[in-house]
Amino acid sequence: MAPPKIGIAVFPGSNCDRDVHHVVNNLLGIQADFIWHTKDCITGYNAMIIPGGFAFGDRLRAGIIAAHSPIVQEVKRMAMDGLPVLGICNGFQILVEAELLPGALMMNDSLRFVCRWTKVQVQNNRTPFTSQFDKMQAFDIPVAHGEGRYVADSEILKELKKKNQIVLQYSNDDPNGSTDLIAAICNEEGNVMGMMPHPERASENLLTINGRNDAITIFRSLISHLQQQEQQKAIA
Amino acid sequence: MGGVLTEQELQYLEEKLQRKANEIEQDIVGAEWSEHCSYKSSKKYLRLLPTKGGRVIVAPGYDAGVLDLCDGYVLTVHIESHNHPSAVEPFGGAATGVGGVIRDIMSMGTRPIAVVDALRFAPITGKSKSVAKSKWLFKNVVKGIAEYGNCIGIPTVGGEIEFDSSFEDYCLVDVASIGFGRKEDIIANQAEIGDVIVLAGGSTGRDGIHGASFASKALQAENRSAVQIPDPFLEKLLLEATMEAIKHGCIKSIKDLGGGGLSCCLSETSDNLGRGFDVELSRVHAREEGMTPNELMISESQERMLYVIDSTKLPALQSILDKYEIRYTILGTVQEHQDLVVRRDGSVVAQMPSHLVAHAPLADRASRCPKYLDRIKSVKQPRAPANLGKALLALLANPSIASKRWVYHQYDHEVGVRTVVKPGAGDAAVMRLDNGKLVAVKLDGNSKHCYLDPYQGTLGCLSEGRRNVICTGAEPVGVVDHLQFASPEDPEIFWTFTQAVNAIVDYCKFMDIPVVGGKVSFYNETVNGPIKPSPVIGTLGLVDDASHVTRSALQKDDSIFVIGHTSPEMGGSEYYEYYHGITGGPVPQVNLQTDKQNASAVLKLVRSGLAGCAHDCSKGGLAVALAEMAIAGRTGFKVDLSSVPNSCKALDELMFSESHSRYVIGTKEPEEVRRILPSEGVAFAEIGKTASSIKFVQGKKTIRLTLKQLQISYESLEKTMQS
Repeated sequence: MAPPKIGIAVFPGSNCDRDVHHVVNNLLGIQADFIWHTKDCITGYNAMIIPGGFAFGDRLRAGIIAAHSPIVQEVKRMAMDGLPVLGICNGFQILVEAELLPGALMMNDSLRFVCRWTKVQVQNNRTPFTSQFDKMQAFDIPVAHGEGRYVADSEILKELKKKNQIVLQYSNDDPNGSTDLIAAICNEEGNVMGMMPHPERASENLLTINGRNDAITIFRSLISHLQQQEQQKAIA
Repeated sequence: MGGVLTEQELQYLEEKLQRKANEIEQDIVGAEWSEHCSYKSSKKYLRLLPTKGGRVIVAPGYDAGVLDLCDGYVLTVHIESHNHPSAVEPFGGAATGVGGVIRDIMSMGTRPIAVVDALRFAPITGKSKSVAKSKWLFKNVVKGIAEYGNCIGIPTVGGEIEFDSSFEDYCLVDVASIGFGRKEDIIANQAEIGDVIVLAGGSTGRDGIHGASFASKALQAENRSAVQIPDPFLEKLLLEATMEAIKHGCIKSIKDLGGGGLSCCLSETSDNLGRGFDVELSRVHAREEGMTPNELMISESQERMLYVIDSTKLPALQSILDKYEIRYTILGTVQEHQDLVVRRDGSVVAQMPSHLVAHAPLADRASRCPKYLDRIKSVKQPRAPANLGKALLALLANPSIASKRWVYHQYDHEVGVRTVVKPGAGDAAVMRLDNGKLVAVKLDGNSKHCYLDPYQGTLGCLSEGRRNVICTGAEPVGVVDHLQFASPEDPEIFWTFTQAVNAIVDYCKFMDIPVVGGKVSFYNETVNGPIKPSPVIGTLGLVDDASHVTRSALQKDDSIFVIGHTSPEMGGSEYYEYYHGITGGPVPQVNLQTDKQNASAVLKLVRSGLAGCAHDCSKGGLAVALAEMAIAGRTGFKVDLSSVPNSCKALDELMFSESHSRYVIGTKEPEEVRRILPSEGVAFAEIGKTASSIKFVQGKKTIRLTLKQLQISYESLEKTMQS
């Protein structure tokens, strides 16, 4: 059984790439490689993470230029193939602009960038990114974004709810004015998730505000999902 | 153009050259010999600072101080200000200030891991007609710092903010950055003949023309063309490309282009390397058509770096710069001679010895004790308010003291997964390093104290910095200083500068702590007059073990101790200045021996885990320190103020005096603390315990408040900024 490998997409202006790498590679011992945005053929990776930052300096609109880069065309293909794709913060914005996820991320209602800790609650623990959480489990996690207010029209919202695509919700401590306190959503199939909060910043007790690194469960869930898939492949 | 050199300077230049200097040469030298770049007024005094010893690695031409962590890793630190530009265009001025200091850290071969900033504005509350302008400056300076730091992905983790009316129509924006890297990656700054000089990054435009000269004069007219335009995205690309180039061993010397543009960068690098440079200006990628050689040489367009590389490494560097789509040009080569030779389309337009350009003739500045000091030495003691509880609430709402949450929530202070003690949680920011150690960093200033007594005021900033890092569990290992004053040509102003330098020399020698970097900024004045003397001290501390890291929040069932003596030293206190509107009176004095002993006792308590929380007493005094710890810990307390070691005659003095070398700690083991402290030779007392509400008791008198009242006052900045 081959150990899983995770790709980390790096755009000019990505700035959480090394943080995600630290968690996956150093803390969880799973090989994670940086993949530059010009790469138009990605093979050998079991999942992709699009980290936070300011891809292309947020020029035009957060995520829009990155959404048209070669690597995102590959990410789309991988998503179609059912591989897990996780977008964090700017990564979420890119996934939305790439139309892998519905809705839009708008300027925070405060009209200011906000970096602070908040609490989120797991609404759907049946995704590859949340399977190790209990349903309704709440945990502390920081946000850091200027455009993190999730908005979607009522049709989309209805669909999201019906298909259980709302994965994380802010629990009464909404940092940005998101519709229905949405902090993370997934696609219909559940293999593509975008989240505004930063799990990589809450993955070590030392860095958290209450000494609890519950957020690492996002990555643990992903890795356990990949390992199960490899096992199934091996059996088959 | 030109005309920046004084007559004597021009005469000196031409004597050395043994010929007339042409206009371009005069502009190049004018930029480099500006106060901003040359330190011509301050250099003689800065030589007195103890810059060596301890962990300091010294080498010529370093843009930042380097501290050896003795395990293959180094820390770098640098501080800069961007006062004039920020006063004119706060967003761009502050943002480019961040950019400049980050490039200095990169220039050492280290990756910047944190930014801290110290900001000073005129009051943003009250009836003064400058309130609206001050708020505008404050809001946009914060926004500029946030946009730049957030985008580039370097966390802004702390700092300090002071409001004082001497900053009317003006502001001080000091930015410090720390870097971390491998010792082997530190740039050696050596070059051979034939090495290639590469200019990379942003195009050169007419923005920031005469920026250094602009910063070397009093701010009079609004000179927006002297302010540079920020592009954090490009800086991020430069950062990654530079780190990659260093990893590939491409680079022999780097320098960022800051004040004075190419003029300063080329002359200083050439002088540091001890080699001549021959550069061709027509190769510079310019932003606009028809730029003259003068403009190209002195433009301060941002996000530009100069690399000196071995010619065989050129293809490797080129492929890295191409990967990041960074524009670059091969500007010239390193020569056997010692001159800076500047060409335009092949013909020489300027040629001067680099050493001459890089070393301005030093100015002799007269210095005289200011007359105002006699006037403010003694003031009539104000009548204490009947309700000291209300006075405490007023002080907590004072923007110089109130929570800066509104500010630091706009800064990404978490990116990089290093921030252990976050803004607002402790006395200093504490960052985790890759080698298991942690670094604590804090900036401290106090214009009010320094105005009344620049010597004691500066000692106080140093003491406060030491206290701040000690409270987090760190051992101080170095300081940086940023000395900000009005015109050095005014003998009374210059005297305050020399006093500040003397204080740093005395303090650092006594504590055996090196000054690892610094900056001087003069001419901080407007038509309203000079700013108050505003030295800002950055203190770095090291924590060897993450379990030593301590925050300031009181915890339930804590016993509360005060360490240090409280004297009626009310001059420059927020209580006098903000609450009573009084400027004057005796300033808190630093006793170096006491300062050292108290710090060492507290560090012992903190590191042994006896102190579960620790906080220093500074602006607002003991009452504010206790309130801040209570707010952070969401708990009340009951303290007996009569037990506090003090020589005060009145309760308001005891509560709000800003005497130095004082700490408050909370502990679960009061007996053990009582047992240990007597042998440390420090003044201390157990003054109370946590409780459900707030009670200050003195004899029969009790001041009662609720935690909610403290919180509302302390969290008032957001409301102030919205109103």
